[in-house]
Amino acid sequence: MDEADRAILNGLQGGFPLCDEPYREAAARIGLTEAELLERLRRLLEAGVLTRFGPMYQVERMGGAFVLAALAVPEADYERVAEAVNALAEVAHNYRREHALNMWFVLATETPEGIPAAIARIERATGLEVFAFPKLKEYFVEMKLHA
Amino acid sequence: MPDAALSPSPSPAGGRGEHGEPLARLEGIDRRLVVATQAGLPLAPRPYHALAEELGMAAAEVMARLRRMLESGVIRRIGAVPNHYALGYRANGMSVWDVADERIDALGEAVGRLPFVTHCYHRPRALPLWPYNLFAMVHGRGREEVEAKVAEIAALLGADCRAHDVLYSSRILKKTGLRLAG
Repeated sequence: MDEADRAILNGLQGGFPLCDEPYREAAARIGLTEAELLERLRRLLEAGVLTRFGPMYQVERMGGAFVLAALAVPEADYERVAEAVNALAEVAHNYRREHALNMWFVLATETPEGIPAAIARIERATGLEVFAFPKLKEYFVEMKLHA
Repeated sequence: MPDAALSPSPSPAGGRGEHGEPLARLEGIDRRLVVATQAGLPLAPRPYHALAEELGMAAAEVMARLRRMLESGVIRRIGAVPNHYALGYRANGMSVWDVADERIDALGEAVGRLPFVTHCYHRPRALPLWPYNLFAMVHGRGREEVEAKVAEIAALLGADCRAHDVLYSSRILKKTGLRLAG
């Protein structure tokens, strides 16, 4: 990663223009040409430095729901439970964390009713109680990480 | 969570926005536009024209619809979505705090303003296993950096903090983000 890559990462996390030639306009903001920006974006995506370039959608504003949930999984059963949980399309991400509650995942569904249905399926598939932690209030959500 | 295709928003689950307004379900052309762009914009000089051609509509309409979704908050932002790990932020600590419910809004706002906190939420406790009601996600290049940042949160909360913990992610089991079915 060089200076131009860092300028892309730090300068283009938002505000990509809605106009006929948005890459040209965005490139000009960070001192690149359109062709350079497109080439670098292609490379950063291929290398996995960027997971995506485009709109970040908010599921709840589209009528859907997003809920953090956790399981206390017996160690001997961990792989089987991980497989069962990951098999649900509604599980957007899933992390192992070090605590009695050792599996933390996010359920994202197109409708609010999808959440209890997904929880019931996970409980049936794993035989474990799902602890749901829906957000009561959001104080801050923003990417503030710098390259 | 920030690099999920669909990120959490300020509105609580349950189909209503932060101020109680009913949310419109995503339908028809907007839904097709979401499906066409959720994995990214075309890397071509005229990306909205390319989308317009794919969807059989005018480029001006693609731009107008994206603008409307940005204004209504359906789209949080348009741009680069970096991978934390690739940026060197390898330690990801979910710091969790038990604070008085009557104080949590003021404390949550203050914690959310710290420059290194990427997400901050009030969530329910699950007693007796889980006494914590304030969640603050902290990213760092290593655990020491996360520990130092958590100590700053502890200092900010002072006597308002009754108990806390930090849960590090030790393994990513799945990371796809929600994808609407095309």
